[in-house]
Amino acid sequence: MERTPRLQRSEKGIQIDGYLNKVVVPEFFTQFSVMKDIASIESIDIHNVTMIDSSGVAFLDEIIQRVEKLGNAPALIGASTDVRKSIDTFTSLSLRQVEKTAPAGFFEMVGDHALNWWESFIYSLYLTADTLYWAFVGIFNHKGQRKGSFIQQSLLIGVDALPIVSLLSFILGLILALQSAAQLRMFGANIFVANLVSISMVREMGPMMTAIIIAGRSGSAIASEIATMNVTEELDALKMMAINPIRYIVVPKFHAMTVCMPLLVTVSIFVGVFGGALVAMVYLDLTINAYIEQGVNALIFKDIVLSLVKSTFFSWVIVIIGSFYGFRVTGGAEGVGKATTASVVASIFAVIVLDVIFSLIYLI
Amino acid sequence: MTEPIIKVRDLVAKYEDKVILDGISVDILPAEITVILGGSGCGKTTLLKNILRLYEPAAGSVEIFGKNVVGMEENEFEEILAHIGMLFQNGALLNSLSIYDNISIPLEQHTKIPDILKDRIIRKKLELVNLSHAIYLKPSELSGGMKKRAALARAMALDPEILFFDEPSAGLDPITSANLDELILTLKRQLNISVVIVTHELASIHRIADKIIFLDSGKMLFNGTLQEAKNASIPQIDTFFDVGRFE
Repeated sequence: MERTPRLQRSEKGIQIDGYLNKVVVPEFFTQFSVMKDIASIESIDIHNVTMIDSSGVAFLDEIIQRVEKLGNAPALIGASTDVRKSIDTFTSLSLRQVEKTAPAGFFEMVGDHALNWWESFIYSLYLTADTLYWAFVGIFNHKGQRKGSFIQQSLLIGVDALPIVSLLSFILGLILALQSAAQLRMFGANIFVANLVSISMVREMGPMMTAIIIAGRSGSAIASEIATMNVTEELDALKMMAINPIRYIVVPKFHAMTVCMPLLVTVSIFVGVFGGALVAMVYLDLTINAYIEQGVNALIFKDIVLSLVKSTFFSWVIVIIGSFYGFRVTGGAEGVGKATTASVVASIFAVIVLDVIFSLIYLI
Repeated sequence: MTEPIIKVRDLVAKYEDKVILDGISVDILPAEITVILGGSGCGKTTLLKNILRLYEPAAGSVEIFGKNVVGMEENEFEEILAHIGMLFQNGALLNSLSIYDNISIPLEQHTKIPDILKDRIIRKKLELVNLSHAIYLKPSELSGGMKKRAALARAMALDPEILFFDEPSAGLDPITSANLDELILTLKRQLNISVVIVTHELASIHRIADKIIFLDSGKMLFNGTLQEAKNASIPQIDTFFDVGRFE
């Protein structure tokens, strides 16, 4: 007959009945924890224990070691053959303690970070130089690139991003016009909404918004793709086939991004201006012709050139940062996730910093 | 007669419209090592994953501990899973966690064992697979063989009654592979665990198999002991063992 699991204090120690497994151990442990005078425990009687698993053995070990610390040495008595076999297999009494490595001190950490940063900086310079060199060479010589990879990447980076870039730019144009319309109306300056929307879309919002969307969308894809290839040794395989990974993987993306980004920015500007036109016509009673004429006149050639030039720089930064994090990944799947996140954050940061630089150039 | 711990009847597994397993019926007996073998793509891993409902069978039944698990409620099946351990081909350790934390997952999720006892259990399981030194390392810091041993420690965390292995020897050197086989034999001997192994490593099969199930093109060709298989004069099995002998 199966005995009901039970733990009780006997004259000389503890008696345990029934099975001693992960189901009953938590309860028994609580009972033992509140037991008084455990130093007097001389034996643990387990002759009625019918089954024991590793948690049961861990519990017995814990009792023994706690009592031993108090100066007594309790004996396990009455174990059946099967129970003894499990105890012998799972006992943790003779386990060697493995200590955690002590965490690095403050100066060690600072030094380590500084070294890592310096190493990363040097690597990023090499990567940038390599990418620019092979991208330039790759225009004339397609050796080392997969056939059709430029078209494939252009579809992924450019065409697939078109709907989201258009939608967000349209909403942005709409918001810009709506926010300014009420103010301009008060002064009877309705027509200047065209100046505001076209200048902001061309100089700032078009390139910036597109770059942020592409950094989140394509920059993360580049980082995760290269990082996955890195952890699965695909990059090593390429090297062993005497194929330069930068030329084979990065350059097609670089070319596609260089072509697609200015085109996406152009679309973004047109759609954003159209969004503003909608508000101008519906809310400010302007005609479309007047809006377009005013908007176009507000722009100068330098605006358009700088907008397209900076969008090209944005695209290069996104590709290089994505590739950088992809190539530098360590630590398997977790590393891929971290690299992807870091690449998006760094790309957006770099885009904003570059934008500041271009704003200063604009003033010259 | 010993009652099977797992009873598979007329199991059909499909991928889209393609039949991968066609009417498989097998019994897994307690405290035995059953090896599922066959050529690449014959459906070995699919059979394993259908038994464990990682893939839903298209037809047939799978009884584990006397209960048909096909179509069983998720929470009821989870109770059964708490008595089963699985070692995946590449270990499938969670990369973001240390080895210690990986092993503590099933203990935390399925038991109320106090932390101090959990700690003992984890350390002991790691000692059993000879990996005590790697307790605080991340999976990415381990070699292939170490990952498998760590995954085995995780699979054993809850003292399962059945252990499944998907190609445990794949990618391991002969010595590590033999050590892993020895560990499997020890587990079976000392803890009466039933073991189901998918493999096509002949050396491993010879060392540990109590019983073999031979699959070919989604059908079961043979079910019995290794010696019976060799005496059965089934061309596919003869070829398998003859070719494998010289690998």
